[in-house]
Amino acid sequence: MAEHAEVHRHPAPQGFIRKYIFSLDHKVIGIQYIMLALAAVLVGMIMSVLMRMNLSWPGTKWSILGTLFPTGAPGGVMSDAFYLSLVTMHGTLMVFFVLTTAPQGGFGNYFLPIQIGAEDMAFPVLNMLSFWVTFVGFIVLLLAIVAEGNVTVGAWFAKLGESAFGGGSGTVGPIGGWTGYAPLSALGKVAGPGQGAGVSLWIISIAIFCVGSLLGALNFITTLLNMRTRGMSLMRMPLTCWAWFTTAVLALLSFPVLLGGGILLLLDRVAGTSFFIPSGEFVSGALIPNHAGGSPLLWQHLFWFFGHPEVYIAILPGMGATSHILSTFARKPIFGYRAMVFAIFAIGMLGFFVWGHHMFISGMSPYSAVAFSILTLSIGVPSAIKTFNWLGTLWGARIRFTTPMLFAIGFVSLFVAGGITGLVLGQTSLDFFFHDTYFVTAHFHLVMGVASIFGMFAATYFWFPKMFGRMMNESLGKLHFWVTFLGVYAIFVPFHAMGMLGMPRRYSNFAEYEFLKNSHSLVLFVTVAAIITVSVQILFYFNFFWSMFKGKKASENPWDATTLEWTTASPPPHDNFAGVIPSVYRGPYEFAVPGAPRDFIMQHETEGVEVAAELGDKSGNGGNGHKH
Amino acid sequence: MAATVTNTENVATAIGAGARPRGGNGFHKNGGGGNDDGQPLRFSPARYRIGVWMAVGSILMLFTALTSAYIVRSASGNDWRPITMPKVLLVSTLLIVISSVTMEVSRRSLKQQRDAAYGRWLVLTSVLGLGFLASQVIAWRQLVGQGVYLSSNPYNSFFYLFTAAHGLHLLGGILALALLLLRTRRRRATVEGELRRTGAADAASIYWHFMDGLWVALFFLLFFWK
Amino acid sequence: MGRVLGIAIWIITILSVLMFVTKRWWFPEAISDHGPAVDRQFMITIIVVGISFAAAQIGLGWAVWKYRDSANAQRATYSHGNNRLEVIWTVVTAIIFISLAVMGQRVWASLHLNSAPPGSFQIEVVAQQFAWTFRYPGKDGVFGRTDPSFINDEGQNFVGLDETAPNARDDIQVSTLVIPVNQPVELILRSKDVTHSFFVPQLRFKQDLVPGMKIPVHFTANKIGKYELACAELCGMNHFKMKSYMLVLPKEEFDELVILPPADFLTRKEQLLSKYQLPQY
Repeated sequence: MAEHAEVHRHPAPQGFIRKYIFSLDHKVIGIQYIMLALAAVLVGMIMSVLMRMNLSWPGTKWSILGTLFPTGAPGGVMSDAFYLSLVTMHGTLMVFFVLTTAPQGGFGNYFLPIQIGAEDMAFPVLNMLSFWVTFVGFIVLLLAIVAEGNVTVGAWFAKLGESAFGGGSGTVGPIGGWTGYAPLSALGKVAGPGQGAGVSLWIISIAIFCVGSLLGALNFITTLLNMRTRGMSLMRMPLTCWAWFTTAVLALLSFPVLLGGGILLLLDRVAGTSFFIPSGEFVSGALIPNHAGGSPLLWQHLFWFFGHPEVYIAILPGMGATSHILSTFARKPIFGYRAMVFAIFAIGMLGFFVWGHHMFISGMSPYSAVAFSILTLSIGVPSAIKTFNWLGTLWGARIRFTTPMLFAIGFVSLFVAGGITGLVLGQTSLDFFFHDTYFVTAHFHLVMGVASIFGMFAATYFWFPKMFGRMMNESLGKLHFWVTFLGVYAIFVPFHAMGMLGMPRRYSNFAEYEFLKNSHSLVLFVTVAAIITVSVQILFYFNFFWSMFKGKKASENPWDATTLEWTTASPPPHDNFAGVIPSVYRGPYEFAVPGAPRDFIMQHETEGVEVAAELGDKSGNGGNGHKH
Repeated sequence: MAATVTNTENVATAIGAGARPRGGNGFHKNGGGGNDDGQPLRFSPARYRIGVWMAVGSILMLFTALTSAYIVRSASGNDWRPITMPKVLLVSTLLIVISSVTMEVSRRSLKQQRDAAYGRWLVLTSVLGLGFLASQVIAWRQLVGQGVYLSSNPYNSFFYLFTAAHGLHLLGGILALALLLLRTRRRRATVEGELRRTGAADAASIYWHFMDGLWVALFFLLFFWK
Repeated sequence: MGRVLGIAIWIITILSVLMFVTKRWWFPEAISDHGPAVDRQFMITIIVVGISFAAAQIGLGWAVWKYRDSANAQRATYSHGNNRLEVIWTVVTAIIFISLAVMGQRVWASLHLNSAPPGSFQIEVVAQQFAWTFRYPGKDGVFGRTDPSFINDEGQNFVGLDETAPNARDDIQVSTLVIPVNQPVELILRSKDVTHSFFVPQLRFKQDLVPGMKIPVHFTANKIGKYELACAELCGMNHFKMKSYMLVLPKEEFDELVILPPADFLTRKEQLLSKYQLPQY
């Protein structure tokens, strides 16, 4: 080990394909993931606006829809099946291809190696594969839309679906919801429109996605454990790295379970097995003869064993980015670094033991429901620690209100607003009323949807200069923040009110029920707010792509930040540190150190070591919780 | 899952995550630890091992999920009709257990720098692995011959599923061995190259032993938990 | 910017809290014995939630107002945290959250961890895409045998009743749930095809109906009237109109009804359905 290692720089690849398409560079792969998420989130947002339009103005003719989807929206009027396929595809796209890709595959891929002082991921080839496998999953998911229903574009696919999977039922995509509860999702075309080839493609897409995520997770964990630079002890890592690490552990342990479930579900659909289909099924006027004895609850258990950790996979990187950005622009060390690390891990690990709270009323044992309920509410404790520490970080700070900081503050606000209703929903007795109402929709959209997205917005505005060497436009960014921040509250707070009325989720129309009569004004208000909020995202897209070419040139460290990514050029060279890997001498958030020449000391700086060592004895370990 | 957690701990100890000097090397032993001149080592041999342990962890979760499904399904419905296992599965089991031994001999040969023996034993291991797969296919054919198909009974479904999933993963292992044979049979000129070579062999052998153990576990499950 | 953001956060907080405090959109009136307990538990929870929410948001707003950067500002406070505060905070939240969790099991336990009280009236509920069928045992008080092979939707045999079996003749299949007031009811829930969910908002009760399972549940309704019954688990295209009614009848009216022969039962039920009105919303 003591011999000199060859220090030679890997030359950057030259050809366009190896440089930008099948690149092994974690930075390029990270950007690819971000682009994928940007595409997926656009489709997902358009779908949510379509859903809102259908709920507020049912029966209206939108002629463009009629042209695009002649079977799903005949004459431009959305059918109920069309609406449900939007629900399903919106959920699937957002959860898998946005909330799982951008935070982890995107920003994690780009910044985890740089922040720990590595030249690349541990297994660059696997890294490239993980992106392209995910991309194939995305394409297969889009095929589901075409294969199920679009006659003009999809006649060929529909035929293929028909012959290969017994599908092509003339709707637009599967309509089982992103949870795909069996046996609805297992029976095939007989169960109605939207249950044909689209569902099979949907399952295949998710199975492919699982594989891609697993490759990524394996890579993240190995990189973090194996490739940290000198002095980068675990307790000196930026909190972002802790978050990505925990997320990778969650993904590594939960995606295989979904993969297993998906295989079983697909076999039930195409190979005639009966894992989830029980005996005596009488569907669409006929007995199903070939299936017997399966257990629908088994699917729910497998799905939610993955599904709950998935929620944390979506939000933990956002928490990491928020902690990181809050500390940077508060110009103050993170409050309670150790407690933050503990809380991230506690949330992640508890996340494996609470999946049953999605299933209180599913018919599973009411005794286990009690256990799941109590465990669920205990997740509130580490979540509260995080909130407390974020506020503690801001206390006594000197806040610089840059766009990333605004979004990070927005994250804290939204995380509290969305997370805290978990105290309501986690109680079995209250689930009697609230299960599958808009109260649930409000809860998870705020906390795992919008809060995570705010974390990603913050991350984008924060790291954009590092990734592209140019700053994003601050004025546009601030405008984007204000409308989005007020907008998402305007959309999702009224959802609680709908939940109070008992409004069920996944209804394409509320007119059938008298008890939902009072919701009209709410529904309309939310739609207007949603259309405005979604429209404003154009600003973000514009800012993103415009700044890439025309933005103000960024320096190496435009935010006066402390971690290793800010020690290298913007954008970093192919091997991240131009052959000279920095060593680390202190914790990640050394801001406002008394006596230091500037109000921040970077992790790799040797100057001022004495000062810091004297003042904060263990501050080099990332803060030890002692009062100074 | 418990097993995986333990694995992670093993890894942590294996790569020396113990106490470390403040302000000094975070991960001196392996994690990109440094040389005297302060240049970090570009490759540390634990990398492949950690990677393969992670892969083992996730594959274990996959089979845990399927096994849980097996146990739940065996208790739901009254259509659970276990079949008599083809005898050839005993041959499979024997083959894969022996292949684990040959794999270990191969790895040790490499450690003792007996490269020729390393290559020979690798070839033998691959052949045993292929033999295992062939024996599994024979078992399938026998079952199909008896009219036992994937969908005829939940027990059969699981039997085919387990053997297929395991077989696919083992095929991956054989590919890994082929890769070792093709690319790392020769000694490397650099220290880093040598470390990569032995690291890859270590990782492949961990994976191979895991596949062996996994099959034995599945074998017992299918034989005794009917 | 700090001041504006602080005020914005406070305004959002006030509006959100007001939305709950004014009760402009609120539960429909509870009509089950366990309903008020659910509402009470919700009140306790929402007060804790509301206080925590407001405190966190006001604190956040205050911090961004107070600690905004200005040109002549000194450096921020150099602090890595405070272990004592951290521990106190953890213990306090743990106590509050776990107590809420424990309290939140009471109603659940009273309904689900006990079997139906003696004297409960048994009704079978069978869900299918996209309709409800309720089966009453008829005059003999005993359900006849069913089997999926007898299902005949056109012939109005939705549950698959074996008409030749003993006790089956007088079984009644009806599309409206009729239950007695102030008498415990036990529903046997099952589904013919996919997963559905039984939901009557006023009952404060919801339970999935899972194919291949028979799930017994029980509750007592205590207010006469007509209520809407909805499906709360995505079951296919027409999920949104898988609707029925639940009639809660005075004891005498109910007792008269359930001993009628099937044809008369259905006629009488139609009369009752138009006799009672939905609550005012």
